[in-house]
This record gives sequence, C-alpha cells and structure tokens, in this order.
Amino acid sequence: MDATRRSALPGFAIALGVLIAGLLVAFTVGRYPVGLGDLFHVLMAKLAGTQAHVPANVESVILQVRGPRVLAAVMVGAALTVAGTAFQGLFRNPLVSPDILGASSGAALGAVIGIFFSLGVVFIQAFAFVGGLIAVAAVYMVGSAVRSRDPILVLVLTGIVIGALLGAGVGLVKYLADPYNQLPAMTFWLLGSLSSTTVADLVPLFGPVAIGTAVLIALRWRMNVMSLPEEEARSLGVATGPLRIVIVAAATLVTSASVATAGIVGWVGLVVPHMARALVGPDFARLLPASAILGGGFLLLIDTLARTVAPVEVPLGILTAVIGTPFFIWLLASVSKTWS
Amino acid sequence: MTPDRRTVLGGLAATLAAPRIAGAATVKDATGRDLPIPAKVTRVFPAGPPAAILLYTLAPDLLLGWPRANRAEECAYLLPDICKRPEVGRITGRGNTANLESVLALKPDLILDVGTVNETYKSLAVRTQEQTGIPYALLNGEFLYMSDCYEKLGALIGRYTEGLDFSDYCFRTLDVITNRIAGVTAAQRPRVYYARGPRGLTTGLGGSINVETIELLGHNVAGGTSGGLANVSLEQVLLWNPDVIVTIDRQFAETVRGDPAWTGVKAVKDGRVHLSPKMPFGWVDFPPSVNRLIGLWWLGKILYPELFREDLRELTRGFYDKFYHVKPTDAQIDQVLAGRG
Repeated sequence: MDATRRSALPGFAIALGVLIAGLLVAFTVGRYPVGLGDLFHVLMAKLAGTQAHVPANVESVILQVRGPRVLAAVMVGAALTVAGTAFQGLFRNPLVSPDILGASSGAALGAVIGIFFSLGVVFIQAFAFVGGLIAVAAVYMVGSAVRSRDPILVLVLTGIVIGALLGAGVGLVKYLADPYNQLPAMTFWLLGSLSSTTVADLVPLFGPVAIGTAVLIALRWRMNVMSLPEEEARSLGVATGPLRIVIVAAATLVTSASVATAGIVGWVGLVVPHMARALVGPDFARLLPASAILGGGFLLLIDTLARTVAPVEVPLGILTAVIGTPFFIWLLASVSKTWS
Repeated sequence: MTPDRRTVLGGLAATLAAPRIAGAATVKDATGRDLPIPAKVTRVFPAGPPAAILLYTLAPDLLLGWPRANRAEECAYLLPDICKRPEVGRITGRGNTANLESVLALKPDLILDVGTVNETYKSLAVRTQEQTGIPYALLNGEFLYMSDCYEKLGALIGRYTEGLDFSDYCFRTLDVITNRIAGVTAAQRPRVYYARGPRGLTTGLGGSINVETIELLGHNVAGGTSGGLANVSLEQVLLWNPDVIVTIDRQFAETVRGDPAWTGVKAVKDGRVHLSPKMPFGWVDFPPSVNRLIGLWWLGKILYPELFREDLRELTRGFYDKFYHVKPTDAQIDQVLAGRG
C-alpha cells in the first residue's frame, strides 16, 4: 500500500500543476487586457480591504466578470468529474458519465421550460437544478421498482430510457417555442456556456457542489467496495442498497448544480475520470480528490479557450467534445489496462 | 449580402416612375416564377409571421389566421376580430407546424411567404404549390425590399392601388431617413451594441437579420464577425465599449444600470441603454417584417437626436393608424414607447 501511495504523488502533482497553470492563464488572458501586475494589485487590495489603483474597468473585469467565471469553471469541472468518477465506480462501467441517470436531460427540460415561459435567469437555473433532481429520483424509483438480479443494469437502462423521454420533452418545448426569441436562447443553453456567470451564481453553485463532493469523498473507502461485484460487496458487510442511494444522491446534487449554472457540458464527466485514473490509479481515496483537482483545471482551460479564441463565445459543449473525443480514443487505446 | 442602399432605392425610384404591373396577368415572385394573378382572392394563408404581418397591414380581411395565436396585450394594438383569428401554424422557417391537409381545409386562394430567399425556401415554395395546387408566392423579406413586397402583394391580391400606396410610404420613409444620415461618415456613426437575453450577452453579428435596422443607422460593434446570433462575454462588451446599447429584454434593461459589472461600459455610464418597444410587434428585431419601419424613427432619435427632431408619439400614431388600423390612446402610446407589454 505504501508503495502505491508514494507512486500517486507525481499524479497529484500533475493534476495540481494543471489547475494552477489553468488559474494563472485564466486570470491573465481574456478579451479585455489585464496584466499580471493589475491582477496582483486588485487581489492584494481586495484582501487588505483597500482600493486598488487600477482603472475601474480592470478591477470590474477581475472581480465581477473573469473572477466569478474562473471560479465557476473550476467548480463545474470538479463537480462533473467527481460525479463521473463516482458513477463509473458505482456502475462498474468505464463508459458511464454523470448524466447516465438523466440528470442532464431533466435539467435541460427544466431550463427550456423556464425559457419557454420567459422566466428570469434565477428561475431558469432553479428549474434546471430541480429538473435534474426530479429526473434522477424518478429513474431511481422506477429502477428500484423493477425486480431484477442485476439492479445496476436495470438502473442504467431506466436512466437511458427516461433520459430519452425527457429529450423528447425538450424537443417538444423547442418545437412550440417562439423561433425568433426563445429558440436561440434554448439552443445556446443546451450547448453550455459560462459566459454569463456572475458573483451571484457562485453561492447556489458552491453549496450543492461542496456538500455532494464532501459526501462522496467521505465515502471513498466504501466506494472501493462498491466497485466490486454486488455479492462480494455484501459479503464484506457493506449495505449496498442504502449506500448506492447516498452516492447517487450526492453525485446528482453536484451534477444538477453544475448543469444549472453552465448548461449541458458533456464529455468532462466521462473523460477526465479516466485521466485521473491514469494519474493516480483506481483507489477512490486518491482518485476522488485527484478527479476534483484535474476536472477543475481541465474545464478551466477549456473555458479559457472558449472565451478567448474569438470575439464570440465558443459553446463549451462543442469544445469539450472536440477536445474530449480524440483524447478518449487515445485513452481507450493506451490505458485500458487500468480497468482490467 | 445586404444590397447596396443606393442601388435598391434607385431601382425602386425607377419602378415608381415607370408604368408598373397594373394590368399584367402575372407577378414574378422571388423564386423567379411568373405567378398568374388569381381571379379572386378572399383567403390568404401566411406561411410565417413576416407574411402574416405584411398581409395584415395591407389587407387584414384576407388573413386566414396567425402562425401563432396573438396575446391579449397584442390585440390591444390590432383590429380585435382579426387579431383573434385562429392559430394556423407556419409552413416555412424552423419547424413546420402547419399540416398541409389543414392548410388545404382552410381553402386559401394564395399562400404568402415573406422572408429569406435561398434555394431552401425557393424549393419549398415550388414544392408546396405542386403539392397543394394553391399559388405560393415567395417575396423577398429583406428590409430594403419592403416597397417591392407591397407592390407585388397588392397586385397578387387584386388591391393594386393600396399596395402601391403602402409601397410608396415605405419608400419615402426609407428615403427620408437614409438621406438624413447621408452626411454622417462611417466613423461618426454611434457604436451600438445589441443586447438580447436576460443578461444581455447574446448579440447579432454582422449581416444578421436581427441587426438589419441597427446596421442601417448605426455601427454594430459586433459587426466585425459576420453570422447570426451569438453569445459574447462581458469582457468583450467592455472592450467594444459601445456608445449605445439597444436591447429587447426588459429584465436586462432594468438590471443593467445597477449591475456593477456593467458600470464600466460607456453606454451604461451615459445612460444610453434603450429598451425597444415591442407592441404589438417588435420595433428593431423580430418578427422581421414591416413592423421594424417605425423602429427606424425610434433608432434615429436615439442615435442622432439632433437630426431627428420629429415627435415620436405623432409618428407612432400615424404608423399604427396606417399599418395596424388602430388609433391608440396617448396612454397606450406611452406604454408602447416604454417597451412594455
């Protein structure tokens, strides 16, 4: 155990390196020019509670625009990756992503309904959050009601089926929406973006993400057992049923909060857990923290690209897919042995 | 993409002077087909919102129904019985909501489509006409072709004189407004940011139909990239630092002044954030039909207050009377101008 523990250190160092590099790059590049010195002055002044001697716009970009967005990107990336890691272990399947139980589809339906009724941003986010929670709760209840030898398989299949139904609901709302005003808003939302993140968005994001992540990390030892076959886990004295509910609930909480803030951001929760596993190995005690750090750094770098490459924002969902797909194929080819 | 203003206006002037399609048996629509003028037109099916509005202004009695049912607030500015006509769906545009069988059941004498002219819509027009046997006229919905649209529509529905009258009105309005800013050089034009969405971070890129009126009068800060609607970051808006912000979103217009993140933008500092009127139809953006004509005066006054000294309330009253066939009260006009509804 000691030997493997020591070997995880370089992995953590890489993950942390990505995050720190991401933070430095993200704070200093952007459409509005902000120098490293300005950043330092503003942050120091903020910590000291004094007025920074920089142009007002620079301070506003750092504290009101770029700052919240950078923090949100880290949180969303960390949340989606932790949820993906937990689900991949729970379902003993490397192809599982956080939206396997319908969290994203439910959130999407909630959001497009909010846009359809021209509600304010806060309500659209609340609808998305609640939509995700309800969808997963429904999947879990239906899945548990079906008696089967393989509860996990039933749960995944139920998630896929209900996800498809919710997808049809999204399609219906889009079909009925005003094509000039609401339809573009829905399309943008479904592609995912952090472009309109404000300071006010951080609290409703941070709360659920912190709670869900804390629960998952607290359960790290038991999650190792949960990734064994059902009978073996039970024979080791783990109450698999209740534990599964807690893991699903925690992962759903973080996923729904992320999706409510950023829209649908695919791929991160599927691909980054594999990167983390390649860095620190499959032990959840190390994998979960590494996933959080690496996921935060990864999405931060992607979001930095999204907001800098053009005057117009590139949707996150598109960038994660373009970057994630080749990476995933490479992973499949090279490190599939970590799963055997 | 946008035709040169002078060419179009010049072309229109030529057609205004020459003997026109009166007496001709056909009208050439945007597909290039010569459509025979139907002997009698009493029922017209609009393929989409721009067509419905154009038809309503010229001949409200012929309108079979609306692509989407109007809301009660909108009906306050339209003829009540026409406004309440049923929802019939749309044939063109994104998502076909009209069923061709129900279109046939309504027994239209003509299907009217006004909007983008490209191969997709041309083929849709030809195919729908073949399928239903009902004449399907596609007219170019670009803003500067409005006069042409009225003239052709008037001929198609047998209201030639009325069509010409509307055509002349549009032509003269465009002529007056474009002449008035003819002396303003490109560099002097106010730099406008068009804000959509509750956070104001969706905008129309260069050449987008959403900013057709804004680009006619001002300089669109997002015009450097061409395209349709897109999301931008607030950093980019700060960098553009627009002189004026025009928005269609009331929530954004109300919150932007108190939003610390936006205080650095020149337009916000100078109090030049303007919420577009939208009753019964939007003044600057959608639906892309003649409803945007009155919006030109509104934009003109916002961008060039010293060049546009007319009383907007009088202009509004006149426009609503002529195009929407209603006489709004002073209170209603105030409501419209405040962007409410």
